[in-house]
Amino acid sequence: MNLSVNGVPHNIESAPLTSLLDVLREELQITSAKAGCEQGGCGACTVLIDGEPQRSCLTPVVAVEGAEITTVEGLGTPNDLAPVQQAFTHHYAAQCGFCTSGMMLAAHAYVEHGGTEDREAIQDALGGHVCRCTGYVKIIDAVAAVARGDSFDATLTAAGTRMTNLGGVA
Amino acid sequence: MTSVLLPSSAAEAAALYGDGSNVTVIAGGTIVMPTLAGGRTLPGKALVLTRAGLAGITRSGPRTTIGATTRVQELVGLADPLGGCAANVADGEIRAQGTVGGNIRAGAGADAPRGDLQSAFLALDAVVRSTGAGGERTEPLEQFLDADQRLLLDVSFEEPAAGAFAAIEYPHTHAYTVLAVSGCRAQDGTIRLAATGLAGHGARLRSAEALASDPVAAGVAALDDVAFADDAVASSWYRTKTLPVLVRRVLTQLEESA
Ligand SMILES: Cc1cc2nc3c(=O)[nH]c(=O)nc-3n(C[C@H](O)[C@H](O)[C@H](O)COP(=O)(O)OP(=O)(O)OC[C@H]3O[C@@H](n4cnc5c(N)ncnc54)[C@H](O)[C@@H]3O)c2cc1C
Ligand code: FES
Ligand code: FES
Repeated sequence: MNLSVNGVPHNIESAPLTSLLDVLREELQITSAKAGCEQGGCGACTVLIDGEPQRSCLTPVVAVEGAEITTVEGLGTPNDLAPVQQAFTHHYAAQCGFCTSGMMLAAHAYVEHGGTEDREAIQDALGGHVCRCTGYVKIIDAVAAVARGDSFDATLTAAGTRMTNLGGVA
Repeated sequence: MTSVLLPSSAAEAAALYGDGSNVTVIAGGTIVMPTLAGGRTLPGKALVLTRAGLAGITRSGPRTTIGATTRVQELVGLADPLGGCAANVADGEIRAQGTVGGNIRAGAGADAPRGDLQSAFLALDAVVRSTGAGGERTEPLEQFLDADQRLLLDVSFEEPAAGAFAAIEYPHTHAYTVLAVSGCRAQDGTIRLAATGLAGHGARLRSAEALASDPVAAGVAALDDVAFADDAVASSWYRTKTLPVLVRRVLTQLEESA
């Protein structure tokens, strides 16, 4: 079975009903998509399937054969962050980081589809995503900034402090 | 070992489904996937409907027909009760993945109520076309909900003169609808009401319909038509207190649109 992840083609060997989340994490070792609840309730596993945010834990891999999957690694690189990644960094929209990859992918799709800086619309678009560090205000600030088209120095936070560690959790 | 079947047409899906024995249908997967991943469902055959060509909304005169694998999100924006009811299901990502057929076929969850579209379709007096043991048949949704497992092909209804929907507002941290009521005034003036968030699947509120001209009395009467359960989203006590309010709101909306 063929699957393209971040533009790289893969031949998948997992059983056809394995969740896309397990294929990404266990077979392909792409661990940015997180296994939070594994029943659709948290959004930590959200990836883009042909550009649309979807819960990878609810998706049998056989149903997305031939699709293009995008994880946060596919949005930008540490040296060339995508606008949504710059905004999350700048606005301190990640605390533990567990929800961040799902949040950023949903936010990226929201802005790509013409989403505005309207906070209610952003809340609605991210409605399936839970941040257990409860950093919602900063997350919405970041998405609004991207929707506005703000540009920023990703090495500086909104408070002006210099970011030194852009690492993440696996 | 599960054999996975991936039909590429409705006819092939019906043939592979056969009489349904030992077949688990997977549509959007939003309900069935966690049970598979957790090993609680071990199907002999899994029928994956993704490419079966069962999606789409078609209109012919006053009748609207909705294919089984049409995504819930595609109903958002349609007239109430269906549009409002669909918009109230989960969040945008789940709505873009979950299907109409999966919603109608959703078993009553032990932890949270599912199958919200049932109330809208019951109020619309919808009919379901399905296949399975004995071949293809078409029947009222109310009957289909109690039938043995069959492969749902599509659901259709006649556009009402007016429709309304009301649900308990719930906090964003929980995506399941606590309790919801749909209502319609048919072209001939008949009022139909139905609810979800009950102990079993969605149900018509016939005692309330009989008192439709008095929304307050109808709200109280609706309690005779339902049974509630305590689950993770609300207690049955809370639902008992709020069903009359939702029925009153729906009837008031229908009155205002007269
Ligand atoms: C976080 C979250 C929140 C949710 N909130 C809501 C909510 O507010 N309201 C609500 O109603 N639901 C809710 N759901 C439940 C669910 O997402 C929806 O009911 C959805 O429409 C189910 O459709 P599906 O295609 O994903 O079903 P699946 O999981 O594919 O299938 C569900 C069941 O129906 C059967 N089935 C599917 N298609 C057919 C068919 N064509 N013929 C015969 N049987 C079939 C399957 O075998 C299975 O038993 C929620 C789910 C999650 C994960
Ligand atoms: S892990 Fe998929 S939604 Fe929580
Ligand atoms: S940053 Fe910790 S869960 Fe959101």
